[in-house]
Amino acid sequence: MAVSGRSQTRPGATRRKISTAFLYLLAIGLAAIFLFPVLWSALTSISPGGQASSMPPPFWPTGFTFENYVKLNKYGAGIFQYIFNSGSVAILTVLGTILLSTLGGYGFSRFSFRGKNVLFLVILATLMIPFQSILTPLFLMLGLLGMQNTLVGLALVYITFQLPFGVFIMRNTFDAVPLEIEEAALLDGCNSFTLLYRVMLAPVLPGVVTVAIYAFINAWNEFLAALIIMSQEKKFTLPILLTSVRSGLYGSVDWGALQAGITVAIVPCVVLFLLLQRYYIRGLMGGAVKG
Amino acid sequence: MVERRQKTGIWYVLPAVLFTMAFFILPLFMTVWMSLHDWPLIGTRAFSGLQNYVTMANDAQFWRALWFTTLYTLLVTPPIFILAFILALLVNQSLHGISLFRTAYFLPVVIGLGTSSLLWVWLLNDRVGVFNGVLLWLGVIDKPIVWLGELRLALSSIVVSVVWKTVGFTMILLLTGMQAISDELYHAAMVDGAGYWARLRFITAPLLRRTFALALVLSVIGSYLAFDQFFIMTRGGPQNQTITVVYWIVNNSFTYFKMGYGAALSLVLLVILLALSMLQLWVLRGDNEF
Repeated sequence: MAVSGRSQTRPGATRRKISTAFLYLLAIGLAAIFLFPVLWSALTSISPGGQASSMPPPFWPTGFTFENYVKLNKYGAGIFQYIFNSGSVAILTVLGTILLSTLGGYGFSRFSFRGKNVLFLVILATLMIPFQSILTPLFLMLGLLGMQNTLVGLALVYITFQLPFGVFIMRNTFDAVPLEIEEAALLDGCNSFTLLYRVMLAPVLPGVVTVAIYAFINAWNEFLAALIIMSQEKKFTLPILLTSVRSGLYGSVDWGALQAGITVAIVPCVVLFLLLQRYYIRGLMGGAVKG
Repeated sequence: MVERRQKTGIWYVLPAVLFTMAFFILPLFMTVWMSLHDWPLIGTRAFSGLQNYVTMANDAQFWRALWFTTLYTLLVTPPIFILAFILALLVNQSLHGISLFRTAYFLPVVIGLGTSSLLWVWLLNDRVGVFNGVLLWLGVIDKPIVWLGELRLALSSIVVSVVWKTVGFTMILLLTGMQAISDELYHAAMVDGAGYWARLRFITAPLLRRTFALALVLSVIGSYLAFDQFFIMTRGGPQNQTITVVYWIVNNSFTYFKMGYGAALSLVLLVILLALSMLQLWVLRGDNEF
């Protein structure tokens, strides 16, 4: 420690250049390791001639074709059915979570009523209860409601899982909006709902985006609840479909089709993340605090 | 008017509260209730008192799963934190374009664990997998390794894949903690002649302790709930050796349809995790820094 500490006291320009170069090399090498599996899989999914199943694997998949995607489409009810399933569950989850979290966040932030703190605590406390531990009764409840194997049923479950985080983020977002904004509107005779709708939505939009991106990515990716609630092949979400692709059609695994499926499952999340990264990271920092 | 406005607040929070009651609190009580019953999917259920818990105490597979989950947690946590700390230090450097690297390291976090596990099944495959391909080409091995066929290798492979998938999450938490440390402290230390390593040892590390503890609890809870990776990559094998607690719950509730027993197992898992959460609250007591 002491030795390296002292050496910094006489910094030389060359020395600094070398250490910068070293840091870049390290950063690039690590980036290659992190990105390699995803890029390799995506490239393989569009490469012809069964390169995904070739032995030994090619050093760099070459060529271009959609044949792996065509083969992927042969599983179950066709890939578009499964994109539709995952997409609708994710979108329903996003809409439901945004609606309930925004209303809830507004109520908890801007009003004081009897039992407010207890109710807020009840919602937050569910963060400490892993959904894995209530899956058995949830399965039975959805059965009673006739909602096993329905996209709406799965979305209801996902909305519930997202609510504590969503309400927490939205309450904080509303808290950060200055009171003056609504006082003017209240003087104009707005009721509280018109106020929310006309005045408050714009300033809390960043919070809504954060809640939405988490709801989408979590619903799109979730595995265990979907595995249990969706038992009919036609109702599978993408991650569950992929496990049957991995099991193979006629006893042999089509690795090309699997890479195509993995790419379909990954791309929407990566694109959303790259576009809305700021909001995602913000939520991670805000949510993890009390999470 | 203000008085009336205050009371309308209840209507705004009511939908979220009802949802939480219906799909979280009610199932929680049902779990307790079910755990006291012999509860098959079809057929008559019967009150059985604490029988499920007695069964659990004598269930060798449950104890094996609990131990295995603990072992997995102990193995996966250190690499995540060591690597996350190094990555956080790296992306905390003021280098041109460093945020691009931060994005790259974080990217696997937004991929589903189920999907990434399937991706690694392919990478690790003994015939078509790229790892064996590279090792064979380098001459390190002369015949392909069946990575997921044997307990130790399978566990190590899964640890590597999970570290790849989740380290970015811990990296961001640690980075947030690092950025909350005042620059003035570092400047003062530099004036006193403290070099990089000394600053790391005497400023960064101690001030990061709380963030570190928080990230640790989140990570440990996540590991205790492991399911997807073992369900997909080893299917609990070989010889049921990689069955985790959640995996054992799923098997009992949804394969054997012993839902009462599954509920009892769930409740025990819940108690273990609540204890871990309490630890988190205790660690973070009286702290509003972040």
